Amino acid sequence: MGWEDFAAAFLNLAIMREASPILVQGLVQTILLSLLVVPLGLIGGTALALLSTVRHPLVRWPLMAWVDVFRALPPLVLLVFLYAGLPFAGLELPAWGAVAIGFFLNTGAYYGEILRAGIESVPREQMEAARSTGLTGGQAMAYVVLPQAVRNVLPDLISNTLEVVKLTSIASVVALPELLYQARQAQSVTYNASPIVAAAAVYSVLLWPVVRLLSRLENRQLAARR
Amino acid sequence: MREARSAREGPAVTAWERFADSFFNARVAAEYLPKIVDGFWLTVTLALGIVATGLAAGLALALVRSLGLRPLNWLIVFVVDLFRALPPLVVIALLFFGLPAAGMQLSGFASTWLALSLVLMAFAEEIFWAGITSVPKGQWEAARSTGLTFLQTLRFVVLPQAVRLTIPPLTNRTIAITKGTALASVVAVQEILGAAHAGVSFSFNPTPLTLGALAYLVLFLPVVVFGRWVETRFAWRR
Repeated sequence: MGWEDFAAAFLNLAIMREASPILVQGLVQTILLSLLVVPLGLIGGTALALLSTVRHPLVRWPLMAWVDVFRALPPLVLLVFLYAGLPFAGLELPAWGAVAIGFFLNTGAYYGEILRAGIESVPREQMEAARSTGLTGGQAMAYVVLPQAVRNVLPDLISNTLEVVKLTSIASVVALPELLYQARQAQSVTYNASPIVAAAAVYSVLLWPVVRLLSRLENRQLAARR
Repeated sequence: MREARSAREGPAVTAWERFADSFFNARVAAEYLPKIVDGFWLTVTLALGIVATGLAAGLALALVRSLGLRPLNWLIVFVVDLFRALPPLVVIALLFFGLPAAGMQLSGFASTWLALSLVLMAFAEEIFWAGITSVPKGQWEAARSTGLTFLQTLRFVVLPQAVRLTIPPLTNRTIAITKGTALASVVAVQEILGAAHAGVSFSFNPTPLTLGALAYLVLFLPVVVFGRWVETRFAWRR
């Protein structure tokens, strides 16, 4: 196979141009999807992390089980269960609904673990000092502990957010027309792999700066631990 | 007639029965359990393959990078960044749906194995590299000045320290990526999710999916708990 054949099959500009309108539509959906599931995961994760500060065993153990179960189930399994399983229970979810719930459960558990580690990294005296100045428990958590917790685990939070954005590609499995889905459609219509190559290029160009940033933060974090 | 009446009485009971009949149907479960078990071993094989090749390739890249050859290092950083930025499912789709256009047909299993190995390689290289660079330069120089060769320094001085530092992030990343084996169902591999999904279509009953979810829990719950243990075991107290 010569270079020209290769280029025609994978880097076919004519086909990429033809597919670009639906790829752009797909990208818009991917962005909207990310804007939906990242905040959902953060809300779920914050709730889990706050609950984890309760030391009572009746809270602690169910919480740990919840987090571990949703970290053990592959997100795609959760999504397929919600989308293809629940209709049998008379609950017909639209693709967006299934994706939202699946991501809430899965990424919420991950964000929850990260934020819990963050809260635990803030010395206990901070809470005591804040309370002794007259702040309520909630105020002390919101204005004193959480900001420091978030700063301490910022690289992990960014890393998880990157993974969540990449993970939105599994929504293609339940026919939600995001970037990968549209690229697959274009590929099957044109019998040419160029649309998928174009989608891959879009993902890597958009996410590359985040990867660079993370790589730096992680190196610094590891170096600081010594 | 009798069935119609029994459906009318006690709606709570019948709703539960209908639910149980859907999601915990013993007959369907018995019929599809062997397929799920086959899928389970396929998932295990796939996951072990990915872990072996991904970690080995990642370590190899990190070691090559430590030689400090500029153009080679740029290439490594480029490849690593690329596979950290690309969603795994996109890589799988490229290999499985794209390669035939180049006259190369990879099976769904091979596509998933290769794709996830490349992704794990990228993350592992990054973590190993961070571990290697975290060992101060002075230790390299001291080791070399005692007469150790480059490789001996790497083997006896740098790697033992680097590995310890890298184990928690590496464990978590490896777990997260091996869970991606479920993506193989998209390219028609009959691993757990693939087998379960096919079972639902054939039986028109979601019980195989319940079994599939349980199979994943059996496989990954111990792994997740192990990851949690590793994290506390290797925790660095500040």
